[in-house]
Amino acid sequence: MSQVKKVEGITRESTQSMIDRALEAYPEKGKKKRAPHLAPNDQALGKACVKSNRKTVPGVMSARGCAYAGAKGVVWGPIRDMVHVSHGPVGCGWYSWGTRRNLVSGRNGVSNFSMQFTSDFQEKDIVYGGDKKLAQLLTEAKELFPLAKGISVLSECPVGLIGDDINAVAKKMSKELDLPVVPCNCEGFRGVSQSLGHHISNDTIRDYIIETREFAEPAGPYDIALIGDYNIGGDVWSVKSLLESCGLNVKATWTGDGEMERIAATHQVKLNVIHCYRSMNYMCKVMEEKHGIPWIELNFFGPTKIKQSLRALAERFDDEIKERVEAVIAEWEPKMKAIVDEYRPRLEGKKVMLYVGGLRPRHTVGAYEDLGMTVVGSGYEFAHSDDYDRTSPEMPDATVIYDDASEYELEQFVHELKPDLVASGIKEKYVFQKMGLPFRQMHSWDYSGPYHGYEGFSVFARDIDLAVNSPTWKLVKSPF
Amino acid sequence: MSNELGLTVKPVCGISPEDEARVAAWIDTEEYRQKNFARQALTINPAHACQPLGAELAAHGFEGTLPFVHGSQGCASYYRSTLNRHFREPAPAVSDSMTEDGAVFGGQNNLHEGLENALALYKPKMVAVFTSCMPEIIGDDLTAFIKNARAKGIVPKDLPVPFANTPSFNGSHVQGYDAMVLAILQTLTAGRKVEGRCTGRLNLLPGFDANTGNYREYKRILEAFGIPYTLVADISDTFDSPNDGTYRLYPGGTKLEDAADSVNGKATLTLGAYATAKTFAWIKEEYSGVHASLPMPIGVAKTDAFLLKLSQLFGKPVPESLKAERGRAVDAMTDAQQYLHGKKFAVYGDADLLLGYVSFLLEMGATPYHVLCSKGSKKLEKELQALLDASPYGKAGKVYMNRDLWHLRSLLVTDPVDAVIGDTHGKFAARDAKVPLFRLGFPIFDRVNKHRVPLVGYQGAINLVTELVNKFLDLKDETCEERFFEMMR
Repeated sequence: MSQVKKVEGITRESTQSMIDRALEAYPEKGKKKRAPHLAPNDQALGKACVKSNRKTVPGVMSARGCAYAGAKGVVWGPIRDMVHVSHGPVGCGWYSWGTRRNLVSGRNGVSNFSMQFTSDFQEKDIVYGGDKKLAQLLTEAKELFPLAKGISVLSECPVGLIGDDINAVAKKMSKELDLPVVPCNCEGFRGVSQSLGHHISNDTIRDYIIETREFAEPAGPYDIALIGDYNIGGDVWSVKSLLESCGLNVKATWTGDGEMERIAATHQVKLNVIHCYRSMNYMCKVMEEKHGIPWIELNFFGPTKIKQSLRALAERFDDEIKERVEAVIAEWEPKMKAIVDEYRPRLEGKKVMLYVGGLRPRHTVGAYEDLGMTVVGSGYEFAHSDDYDRTSPEMPDATVIYDDASEYELEQFVHELKPDLVASGIKEKYVFQKMGLPFRQMHSWDYSGPYHGYEGFSVFARDIDLAVNSPTWKLVKSPF
Repeated sequence: MSNELGLTVKPVCGISPEDEARVAAWIDTEEYRQKNFARQALTINPAHACQPLGAELAAHGFEGTLPFVHGSQGCASYYRSTLNRHFREPAPAVSDSMTEDGAVFGGQNNLHEGLENALALYKPKMVAVFTSCMPEIIGDDLTAFIKNARAKGIVPKDLPVPFANTPSFNGSHVQGYDAMVLAILQTLTAGRKVEGRCTGRLNLLPGFDANTGNYREYKRILEAFGIPYTLVADISDTFDSPNDGTYRLYPGGTKLEDAADSVNGKATLTLGAYATAKTFAWIKEEYSGVHASLPMPIGVAKTDAFLLKLSQLFGKPVPESLKAERGRAVDAMTDAQQYLHGKKFAVYGDADLLLGYVSFLLEMGATPYHVLCSKGSKKLEKELQALLDASPYGKAGKVYMNRDLWHLRSLLVTDPVDAVIGDTHGKFAARDAKVPLFRLGFPIFDRVNKHRVPLVGYQGAINLVTELVNKFLDLKDETCEERFFEMMR
């Protein structure tokens, strides 16, 4: 670890007293539950300073989703050559339809199926069960979408509560249709956040998908898989082309712009490259244990981290890759310098507060720093302890770390820390913009992107600049 | 070798360009359309959401009101995100985060703890509780839970806590809206009716309408008349609040006192018969004054009916300013009719909106050709058909009830139209059919400010003419041969 990063005016004491003030509004029980989730960072320790992966406190405005959201929105949804059935009432599928911006190749309804398929449960399905309806709709899906490579069945709350057996239906219909039908018991009431949905989905990919396909072409020494990139605004395309320019063969992408067949043959790659650790670490571990595939965690945000990442990746390969990686870095460095030279003068010294999910609360810190900015607060919606372990060294010392922050807490922290930019999700966006505060949506790149890879950094830098320096913010205070 | 599904290992073959081309051609055929319409169990791209979303929208329409989802937190997250994205505004709501143990033991503990925290943090004047699937299935008794919360002192005596049962496996966002408005009015007006006392006010119920411009338009019309009113539920400021550097948790909404006193109103008028069916039936029993139900005033005839009704209810002549506005709307329509005359449209959306679109198109001499509702009743089907049948321009139109946007796609590619009217979700079908989509309704995620532009009243008619006609003229300029490219259109 390099030297401890400090931010002027922020001490452990100042942060702790800010936290204490934010907790004052809670009733005793609520305060007691929330307190362990808020703490000043101890950078040198390099360990999680907050508790995480606990139940959300009822009645607070949490940003969290549910297991279904993790399963449909994150893991299964982006797999483009499968039909994903939201099994249950109409809402969950409708809300998650296209809203994560995981872009896909292919033709809609022909070779990609990023539409909304649902069994649209009615009262009678609740009373009599939905298994028969499920069997019938699977048949209908196969008939109407003959090129689909498989069907996932993602159960919503009622399915689990009424005791439907989607696993039995899936098994029977897989044989009947000669098509993988994957049951995923990801009812929204399970677990404490969307994180369990990732886990459940990955387990089903392990149990039902992996090893059912083999690559048609012979294996090569540079075959890798890109794990935990969801192609938000084209992220996968940016990273894939970068890795390919380094001489690597990206055989499968999990799951952004993903293909079921390639995911099913991932057990044949030489290395798994994981970007979003939170959503997919299990899979890397499973493939390591079962298939002996090593894995490496990388960060593709901002030139500093990208360079470190590519070099760490090259270490896993021979001199040919090492040389190509150096050539790629050398090619991009002047372009990156030009971007930094353009934007840094306008962003230098600006403070950022992050509150996102997945990998972003730690991975993006370096990208802001490349632009001369300082992250003064960070936290996750649905992280586990190991995420916070990884966050601690990235965040400046004594800055505030918050887990499953409520909107109330974020507001309090913003009032005290007075950041120049808040980077969080859609539910927070307009709250802070009403305060006249620049904001970027960092789940979805605010309808922009990609942000991953070198190509992504040019978009990121532009977007951060346009957010922070938009002349519209100057209009907020009226002259009268 | 086989896996747990008993399927054998295959080579990766992907989807070949030939297969893709073949199926791409096939899904545009009449044969496919028949297969598509034959499906019974599978719903693809529905144009409706679930009840609690509507309940949340209704709750946001009341002063100082915190929407409270009794159920899974993921549901609350979804409703809030959807409203955030449509309005580009905050949508503050909480949930009591029920999980597995809630499913087993019931959600009372979650509700009580949730109320305690929410009241402390967000200091609402009213908490509007509505359910998502889980508590509906396990049979949580909200009447008892809330009564117990009061008995335990968690909820202060004078804090209204209306609740609505809004199961997602029944109806749509429209019914959820109705259920929540009804619950709120029942709670606020309890014991407030005074025989013989009249506030002299109009209660106006727009129904589920996610266009803040429409609410402002209603207010402008009522103010022009000089009619005192209570708009139930008024989301115009909640979802269109000024950016002045201050975040307000509850920036607008119908005053609770006004809603409570609505029971003593001079008249109650609903403009969304389908979206306030239960509320209005109850009002007819409970409220003093006269009650009337009219369709949404989209287009001239329906706006005329609205103004005539106001005039009649309050014994006031239609103000000159609105008469002049009518003249301007008619002027706009006659000026531009040639560009819409004979144009075929596909329209889809909520019941009340559909009736409005169809009526307006017929007034312009355009043809509502495919009229599709993904959650509607026989009554609506009949009403839409009668509207079509009453006009020579509607003869070719057909109503498709309880069909989804994948059905619509088949209709568009096998039996083409000139344009589609509906929400953002129709953009895929419209693109495949190579026709423009006019984004009217809810939700609109991919355009800005659509919710600020009123569609109701005479001004709404002018806005509709402007948007629809100019798009066709743009298309003409963009696509015509150079020799037909001319100065005047």
